[in-house]
Amino acid sequence: MTELFIIRAIIAGIGVAIIAGAIGCFVVWRRMAYFGDSLAHSALLGVALGLVMGISTNLGTIIICSIFAITLIWLQQKKILATDTLLGILAHSALSVGMVTLSLLERSIDLHSYLFGDILAVTSTEIYFILFGGFFVLIFLYCNWSSFVLMTIDEKLARAEGINIVVNQLSIMLLMTIVVAVSFKIVGLLLITSLLIIPAATARQLARSPELMAIASSILAVFAVILGIYSSLILDTPSGPSIVVASTLIFITISIFSFLFKKNL
Amino acid sequence: MSFLIQAKDLCVKRHNKNILENVFVNVKKNDFITIIGPNGAGKSVLLECLMGSFVPDSGEIIKKNNLSVGYIPQNFNPESSMPISVKRFLTLKKKFTPQELINIASETNISEILEKNLSDLSGGELQKVLLARSLLDEPELLILDEPAQNLDIKNQLNFYNLLNSIYKNRELSILMVSHDLHMVMSSTKQVICLYHHICCSGEPQTVAKDPEFISLFGNDMAKMMSVYQHTHNHSHQDILND
Repeated sequence: MTELFIIRAIIAGIGVAIIAGAIGCFVVWRRMAYFGDSLAHSALLGVALGLVMGISTNLGTIIICSIFAITLIWLQQKKILATDTLLGILAHSALSVGMVTLSLLERSIDLHSYLFGDILAVTSTEIYFILFGGFFVLIFLYCNWSSFVLMTIDEKLARAEGINIVVNQLSIMLLMTIVVAVSFKIVGLLLITSLLIIPAATARQLARSPELMAIASSILAVFAVILGIYSSLILDTPSGPSIVVASTLIFITISIFSFLFKKNL
Repeated sequence: MSFLIQAKDLCVKRHNKNILENVFVNVKKNDFITIIGPNGAGKSVLLECLMGSFVPDSGEIIKKNNLSVGYIPQNFNPESSMPISVKRFLTLKKKFTPQELINIASETNISEILEKNLSDLSGGELQKVLLARSLLDEPELLILDEPAQNLDIKNQLNFYNLLNSIYKNRELSILMVSHDLHMVMSSTKQVICLYHHICCSGEPQTVAKDPEFISLFGNDMAKMMSVYQHTHNHSHQDILND
């Protein structure tokens, strides 16, 4: 029985790591770290929605985070307030409404596991969510790769070459929404951004092309997740922070190596 | 149909301010048109309207069928966190044979930097790479938005010489926003002076004599075009003063 849940956690972790690693590159390139963080904060409202409506918390998260992304783009178009102000307002009000709703619920909820991840909580349904969501994200990313990359390099150039900027921006945000929705059980809402950013930042030092950077980032994230889950089981630590510690250690190690190597050149 | 692209009576309003008023532009085959005008005159909006990425409030854009347009944006600053070689950047969303790439790379003098990282390039190199990318579709019309804005004088000269030789060899049309009129004087055939409306247009020599041109750019600019000396008080004085 113990082994089954470990296997479930590992499968879930690898699935999450692959998509988070790839999408994480766009978070780094497009400087969307604060957006990712805000999205994850608002996911708590999604969890509350899921519990209140009696639907899956993953689905609740996808609904709330999508509304969050669309509201943000809509407010951004108005150009009255700066994006980081808008994000701050949206994220923290969503987080607070989520918290208030959760406290009003009459059953006890392990808030800690939502915020920092709990691999024990991974159910078979969630594995399906991860596999299905992950598959969708990868296919979508593969089909739109060149457009996303070109838009990231220069929006004006991309627009002149016939790429719809708003649609593509929204697509990237919705892909991030799926990543947040499927990964919060593993890494926790508060730490999702680090799984997006740290492997991508590590991969930047190794890769010479955007494609290789995304692949390297995914592989590094898989390593971090496996290492994190393993140490979390042995040391009985929360899974999210363990994964983040693992990916930070990988980041530091590779940074040192790449620094030494480049110096010798 | 002799024209490539035409703007007819374009009007654009934003926040109750007229950005463009009754603007007419006609680009024919083998034209070399330079649009000049002070900051905020609506030059970039005009280009965006012509490329179809901005819809004007009124007026229309008529294009020749299957017109292929190459575009070079203003302020190109690739994100340094993305590792991408010049070669990969050129091939993004473009279809061409390896031989075509070699030809265009040598035409634009970027053969040596194809393997370099895009964000490691100098301003002059970046502009040449953008030029190469825009040529990959064999465009009939090149649209450039202040292409040499951030270059030093030597690189500006190099860039405009390159542009001029491409214009001559390829027999394409060029529509460009530029402040470096003294640089393009020898090659540009027509200058459009824009300040929300078209103040004046015509051959560079003629435009330099136009009172509206002098009131927008001052006598010095007119002198630089070495044709005319004249003091003239005119309604655009406010722009000169700030």
